[in-house]
Amino acid sequence: MLGGMTAVTLSRFVPLPLAILAAVVITTIVGAIIEIVFIRWLHKPSVLRMVIITIGLSILIRETALHIWGESVRALPYFTGTSVSSINLAGVYISSQILWVVGIGALVVAALGAFFNLTMLGRQMRACSANRDAARLCGIDAGNMVTLSFMVSAAIGALGGCIICPITYVQYDSGTPLAIKGFTVAILGGLGNSTAAVGAGMILGILESFSIWVLPTAYKEAISIAILLIILFVKPSGIFGSAEAARLKEF
Amino acid sequence: MARRYLPVAAFAGLIVAIQLATFFTGTAYHLTQLTMTAYYSLVTVGLCMLIGYAGQISLGHAGFFAIGGYVTAFLTTCNLKLHPGVLVSVLEKSGLLVARSDAYGGSLLTVHPWPACGVAILLAVVIAYLVGGPVLKLKGHYLAMATLGFGIIVYRMVLGTEFLGSADGISDVPGFPLLSGMLITGNSSARVSNYYLAWGLVILGMVLLLNLIHSRVGRALAAVHGAEDAAGAMGIPTARYKLNTFVLSAVFAALAGVLLTHYNGGIGPSEAGVMKSVRYVAIVAIGGMANLWGALSMSLVLNYLSLRGYFGTYDDAVFGVILILIMLFAPDGLLRRHILSDLKRAVSRNPAEEEAS
Repeated sequence: MLGGMTAVTLSRFVPLPLAILAAVVITTIVGAIIEIVFIRWLHKPSVLRMVIITIGLSILIRETALHIWGESVRALPYFTGTSVSSINLAGVYISSQILWVVGIGALVVAALGAFFNLTMLGRQMRACSANRDAARLCGIDAGNMVTLSFMVSAAIGALGGCIICPITYVQYDSGTPLAIKGFTVAILGGLGNSTAAVGAGMILGILESFSIWVLPTAYKEAISIAILLIILFVKPSGIFGSAEAARLKEF
Repeated sequence: MARRYLPVAAFAGLIVAIQLATFFTGTAYHLTQLTMTAYYSLVTVGLCMLIGYAGQISLGHAGFFAIGGYVTAFLTTCNLKLHPGVLVSVLEKSGLLVARSDAYGGSLLTVHPWPACGVAILLAVVIAYLVGGPVLKLKGHYLAMATLGFGIIVYRMVLGTEFLGSADGISDVPGFPLLSGMLITGNSSARVSNYYLAWGLVILGMVLLLNLIHSRVGRALAAVHGAEDAAGAMGIPTARYKLNTFVLSAVFAALAGVLLTHYNGGIGPSEAGVMKSVRYVAIVAIGGMANLWGALSMSLVLNYLSLRGYFGTYDDAVFGVILILIMLFAPDGLLRRHILSDLKRAVSRNPAEEEAS
């Protein structure tokens, strides 16, 4: 939401690619500041404490956005073409923006996979998630890793907001439902597995879209959350996650 | 025994004092907000029991509030004359229905508020058992997200369901008749009696909870909160105690929803919103988590200020800030029961530390 809104505001003054880049950078910095100010100095915070703090923060960000941007709904222009133009792809007409979304999404997933598996920094981050104390013993600065993970997820969130908002529009309160949906997908795919998260995201999206065949559109949001609850009740390790890995985490 | 009821008496005194103060200063209109505060306080103390004593968080209690409010609102406004059938005539014969006229002089045949309230509470209990069973097996952020999810589902349901009024909610809900001709209603002529009624109910709830805390159940819950595995090893059925507390707090929320809906004469989807749930948690947090009196007093102050509009457009932000500050600096809550001894310890420790450095 923050990314989308910032990009919309900036795009009035600078060209679109630059605006998106700046929005991503700004949101990343905001993510880092939030982590440093609110989370970093806490001594061994319980998970619950962090959850409540982040919920409080999301309210604050939302209210701040409301006071900056007001209640109006905004959107970025389509990256190429317009909202009515479409591309013929083997007999199927789809909007060009959808191709942008799919393409950039695939790029981000590939980049994340490479980051976590190939670079030193990515491996350090995974080590911290698996066992913080052991990672620290190996000389990894766990605090920096948490800040970095906040920044990476803020940047990806901002980028996602920018590329999707020509289609879905953005307003001050469009963040919270997305956060819930993101959490659902992450659980569904098994936490800490970005490739499986894409598969889970597709399953969730398709289920949600097809649910309007049988249920009123207004219930669409409730569907994804109901799926979240069912997954949590039945298989908290996620459909692609291994039960063994899940046992190491705390549910 | 006397010590336990001393605060109750003091609180009752405070309630009377507030009423007298508004009477003598001619500001009786404040009592309307204070009465609404009382019903919100009922939710808060119930939630305090769950968070502070059973150690389980719920970010979905506005959902139970809304279930109570919407069920009673729907049943007491749905005109059954338009849906004649065997069931309706059976209900009418058994005296569960009541005929009244609406604001335009048309005649209505609706469910009497008492059975409507019963249905609302019963539904809340059933849903709380169904949801609570699996949800309370979760811990940490999974528990928080699952209860938050439950709250959002309820919100989306009431927002998307046409016979529940969609975004408009349900209005024209009649008053709730009690014995001896009293009526729970927002009518200004019944303001004082409703004020006492609402706070009397809160005090009743407090006495119930206080007794529960000092009983076998309360000690068991304290053990569960302290160390769940150890409590289980001592033979305490931890899952059952957690579930029952969850249901109890849901009943408090649903009852508050029912009565506030009759008091306000209507309910809207915002009552089910996530912000309401967060607000209840924030109040419990600032009140000291495991401190019923703290939660109650904070609920009195904050809800009143919020309802009077003192926070303006920053209403939600205020509760967000409260939540963050409390969790950052005093994760055990601000008004702890042992706050005095904590302060003493802090004061006596500081010189020693200075000497050491």
